[in-house]
Amino acid sequence: MADLTTQLGKLQMKNPVMTASGTFGYGTEYSDFIDLSRIGGIVVKGTTLRERQGNPYPRMAETPSGMLNAVGLQNKGIDYFVNHIYPTLKDIDTNVMINLSGSTIEDYIKTAEIINTLDKIPGIELNISCPNVKEGGMAFGVSCLAASQVVAEVRKVYHKELMVKLSPNVTDIAEIAKGVEGAGADSISLINTLLGMAIDAKTRKPVLSTITGGLSGPAVKPIALRMVWQVAKAVKVPVIGLGGIMNATDAIEFMLAGATAIQVGTANFIDPAISVKIVEGIDNYLNKNGFSSAKDIIGALEI
Amino acid sequence: MKKFILDLTITHKVQLNEQNVLLKLTTIDQLPEILPGQFAEIRVDGSPTTFLRRPISINFVDYEKNELWLLIQIVGDGTRRMADMEVGQTLNAILPLGNTFTMPAEKNARIVLIGGGVGIAPLLMFGEKLHSMGYNCNFLLGARSKTDLLQLDEFERYGKVYTTTEDGSYGEKGYVTHHSLLIGSNFDYIYTCGPTPMMKAVASYAAINGVFCEVSLENMMGCGIGACLCCVTDTTEGNLCVCTEGPIFNITKLKWQI
Repeated sequence: MADLTTQLGKLQMKNPVMTASGTFGYGTEYSDFIDLSRIGGIVVKGTTLRERQGNPYPRMAETPSGMLNAVGLQNKGIDYFVNHIYPTLKDIDTNVMINLSGSTIEDYIKTAEIINTLDKIPGIELNISCPNVKEGGMAFGVSCLAASQVVAEVRKVYHKELMVKLSPNVTDIAEIAKGVEGAGADSISLINTLLGMAIDAKTRKPVLSTITGGLSGPAVKPIALRMVWQVAKAVKVPVIGLGGIMNATDAIEFMLAGATAIQVGTANFIDPAISVKIVEGIDNYLNKNGFSSAKDIIGALEI
Repeated sequence: MKKFILDLTITHKVQLNEQNVLLKLTTIDQLPEILPGQFAEIRVDGSPTTFLRRPISINFVDYEKNELWLLIQIVGDGTRRMADMEVGQTLNAILPLGNTFTMPAEKNARIVLIGGGVGIAPLLMFGEKLHSMGYNCNFLLGARSKTDLLQLDEFERYGKVYTTTEDGSYGEKGYVTHHSLLIGSNFDYIYTCGPTPMMKAVASYAAINGVFCEVSLENMMGCGIGACLCCVTDTTEGNLCVCTEGPIFNITKLKWQI
């Protein structure tokens, strides 16, 4: 067996496989199917300072090799998380990170301060890239200045692993990555969903209640791979690659492009046990190809 | 209830009409306990347009034969591929998912199960349970035309069957809510599954007459296990996932304009 341990900024992980926010609930939804302690990390559902109802139904449209969602960060707020969800998560033997989103910088700061007090939460994934909310979300992630500002402010109050999740809906993602690195990010995850749209020709109406939504699934993989490659070259902090990873081979491709770790998202819906299969698949690949450690394939793309 | 990912092998396939196929499936392991109203998420292999699993109601479970029935209505490419499968082939399913119908409180309760089209699927299993527990059950089943009325002989095993067709080719002509059974009858419990306009009409009838009423919703789903929050319905408790808080909802909980 190869050495799968992965150092992600301040985080020590058993392996480079994490589950992506919004696709894995709070982890417990998947405990019938897998042993959660076998994955490197879980990023739980996007959490905000106050409760959000999200967008009206329909919030999802299936598209070729993917899906659009417009959930809109439905969650019960950080206080509910602390009182009701955290107790069910704190004994899971893996890194449970909170995906944090906000409408204002003040919201981000207040929520990060609360998360900082949770002993068993080793990190935040700062979501500045949600395309489905009217205020905040992606608005912070598409401008280098706004992205750097929110990261710098959260950095002042949050002292554990600060992973920043980038939006692909930008002209130059490497520039934004450098900005958030300079503002104090410990690691950078990408990509969040691509802004897309679906129309029902029969009714001549948009499929989603919000008209536009975020595209995920294998349809976005080539774009995600290209962006991970660009960002990994541009920054020194570890990069976490995600976007359409359906199997171990996809995961390995992201690592070859420069990702230190990967996140599995939409694939969890089709196979709830896929994350553990990807851990096993990466191990097999390393063994077959004579690598002793997962670290050996990070950025090992031969050009 | 613990959920399982199972490979189910088709043992019988019955073409009910052009649009509907009944698949009887079995598995190497003993089927887990499955409650009426619950559903399975079926993986569709080899379809260029179907990416997500398809939620399909569980029509019936025969524990003695270790057999599970799925009623498939061909709607798009995913359901067409399921319907095209043959005896001996396997389907990958996640089950059992969702909640179940609320049992009536009194054994002598007057009960009607109202189904439309393929929406009759979960009512067969619920009818069998009610019958086996000694309840008297009425089934009111509606469809566009005679050929669209499904499994009438199966329903007759568990109670009295009433039918409507929109074209009058079988039973009373019109919609289920127009059936004479509902005029002047004082039902205590109504359970319904079918197209949304039909369920809303039934819910409206129940609300006006102050009758307990549960509906089985069929929202588009991403995961089926409460992770993606795509299938929500607006309720008195806010947006709730149909896959985990439903698919069965009491109409008093739903914010339907009825």
